[in-house]
Amino acid sequence: MIRTPLRPLARILRARETGENPDAIEAENLRLRHEEMRDKSRFQAEGRLLVLSVFFFCAFALVGARMGLLAASEAEEPRARATGAAILAQRADITDRNGRILATNLFTNSLYAQPPIMVDKARAARELARIFPELDEKELLEDFSGSRKFLWIRKKLSPEQKQAVHDIGDPGLLFGPREMRLYPNGKLAAHILGGASFGREGVHSAEVIGVAGVEKAFDDFLRDPANGGRPLELSIDLSVQTAVRQVLYGGMKLMNAKGAAAVLMNIHTGEIVAMVSLPDFDPNDRPTPALTGDPADSPLFNRAVQGVYELGSTFKIFTTAQSMELGLTKANTMVDADAPMKWGRFTIREFDNKNYGPKLSVTDVIVHSSNVGTARMAMEIGGVRQKEFLRTLGFLEPTPVELVEAPGAKPIYHSNWSEITTITASYGHGIAASPLHLAAGYSSLLNGGTLVKPTLLRHDSVALGPRVVSREVSTASRDMLRQVVTRGTASFGRVPGYEVGGKTGTANKPKHTGGYYEDKNINTFAAIFPSSDPEYTLIISMDEASDNSSDKPRRTAGWTAVPVAAEVIRRVAPLLGLRPIIEEIKAPEVTLTSN
Amino acid sequence: MKSVLYVLSAMAVMGLAFWAYNENYQTQQALKEVDRLQRDIGERREALAVLRAEWAYLNRPERLNDLVNMNFERLSLLPLTPEQFGRVDQLSYPVAPEAVTLEIDNSVAVQGDQP
Repeated sequence: MIRTPLRPLARILRARETGENPDAIEAENLRLRHEEMRDKSRFQAEGRLLVLSVFFFCAFALVGARMGLLAASEAEEPRARATGAAILAQRADITDRNGRILATNLFTNSLYAQPPIMVDKARAARELARIFPELDEKELLEDFSGSRKFLWIRKKLSPEQKQAVHDIGDPGLLFGPREMRLYPNGKLAAHILGGASFGREGVHSAEVIGVAGVEKAFDDFLRDPANGGRPLELSIDLSVQTAVRQVLYGGMKLMNAKGAAAVLMNIHTGEIVAMVSLPDFDPNDRPTPALTGDPADSPLFNRAVQGVYELGSTFKIFTTAQSMELGLTKANTMVDADAPMKWGRFTIREFDNKNYGPKLSVTDVIVHSSNVGTARMAMEIGGVRQKEFLRTLGFLEPTPVELVEAPGAKPIYHSNWSEITTITASYGHGIAASPLHLAAGYSSLLNGGTLVKPTLLRHDSVALGPRVVSREVSTASRDMLRQVVTRGTASFGRVPGYEVGGKTGTANKPKHTGGYYEDKNINTFAAIFPSSDPEYTLIISMDEASDNSSDKPRRTAGWTAVPVAAEVIRRVAPLLGLRPIIEEIKAPEVTLTSN
Repeated sequence: MKSVLYVLSAMAVMGLAFWAYNENYQTQQALKEVDRLQRDIGERREALAVLRAEWAYLNRPERLNDLVNMNFERLSLLPLTPEQFGRVDQLSYPVAPEAVTLEIDNSVAVQGDQP
């Protein structure tokens, strides 16, 4: 670059000759140079701005175009990548604790019609009515010839039915793929599983939603694709459930009962291994709830969870356990049991107006099931402490089990826990709870004294709950329950090898109009086995059972629920892997006798 | 010298074009294959689900019970009872005769009381 000098010699000399100021020339030149420099830097800056704005424009245009493309194009699965966590089915399976299927999905078809493209409407209606007997030909034809452009005919089709509809050959009859819920075991665990039905329906698919039981309680889990098809593992054991249901069904028929319920619970973890309520239903074809009559008579009613009844003398063990825990009595303390006992305008009697008194040991109060004995002990404990103890054991709240019905089954008791409530609650009257409550209560009290929560989910390990009673009280209570079976009211409960211990409970059913039925009972047997080191709790409850094998019908739990429970234990204990405890064989004895 | 370079680069461009063309078609072929396999896997999974459901249905306890009852003459299967379930040392074997020592010195009847 040629740099023009600020003071060109020629002009300076000329200026000097003419007498002008040569500095003006320098100033003029300096000005010109500055102007040139300014123009140059402006040009450069403008160029940079242009480049930058072009760059930004391109970047934003790219982002915008990509967004538009993504929004406008059809979604597509990534094809080149290997499949990772694929969605296997719309709804995950439910299995028992050993992985055997309790609920799964099956692919099937639904049938719908588009009348405008049907060829021979009359023939289609006739043929459809022939294939599906529940459809009416006239109604179908009316639907087809009306103004409707679309109608559902059937929600589920078997493959044979699909073929038959195909054979009609009408182009207006169309199939939509469907996933349906299948319960291969039928009625077996009906109340636990509940059932499923279709939610929102479209031509290409339909939502499968749970309507009751575990299916509804775990609806979100079962439908969550993030689980990758992992099944829901329940604590139920299929073979044990079968055996319990079979024996309970037989027992219910034999004892002429209206209904029956059984809960078998792991005493340490609170896992429900089997839970049966009879009568039951087929979840594949769930009946609609009856709108009239007593909902408790419906097969949909889960007696084990929703059946809130007074459970009778089975509660006595809680009274004695609390009394021992508070140090008021010991197992061999003699307590006043002189019947009948007068309290205000009430008279507390024993069963059959007997009198076991005047004094009974605490163990014998349980063995003979003395109402007066427990009433006296409860009065010593006091209402506040008794209510608190029952609350700890979960008898005042709905069970936390994972069924959608459970929160609705709230125990019934007087809000005002008066002294008479204290007395009656000590032997299980005036407070109503479900068999599941009782199972949880017995488990908590007798497993060594730590609280368990009933659960339907399989747990590999469960942390020990908070302590309810001391280990000694738990052991003493187990010993009392064992004696109820060896020499008390539950003598039919003996099962060789399994050291059954338990307590019977017979309570009259309340009338809807108030008062109690004389000849309608709820018979309950709460058992643990083996009582020296218990593993399982079993509750059997029978509704309006009576043993009519003798002249007079026997309606006590000892004659109805206990034999059924014994048979359940005999059948179920080997399935649970419990080896029978065999008494020591003594050396052969030889006795010399004279003739 | 220059013309050789031109010819070589032209040939290189043609070669690369051919390679890219080939690669493109191979990719499309592979994607088609993947699609087919995915569909195949889907169908098999569906079939597997049906088979599993059928297995569960055929092995439902109710049906097994009926089958056992129908074939009782040949199988003689009964529910497991506690007596069939124990350890070997819990079995009561017959007592060896020499284990029983008897000293009978009077003329009374001897009555054994074996468990």
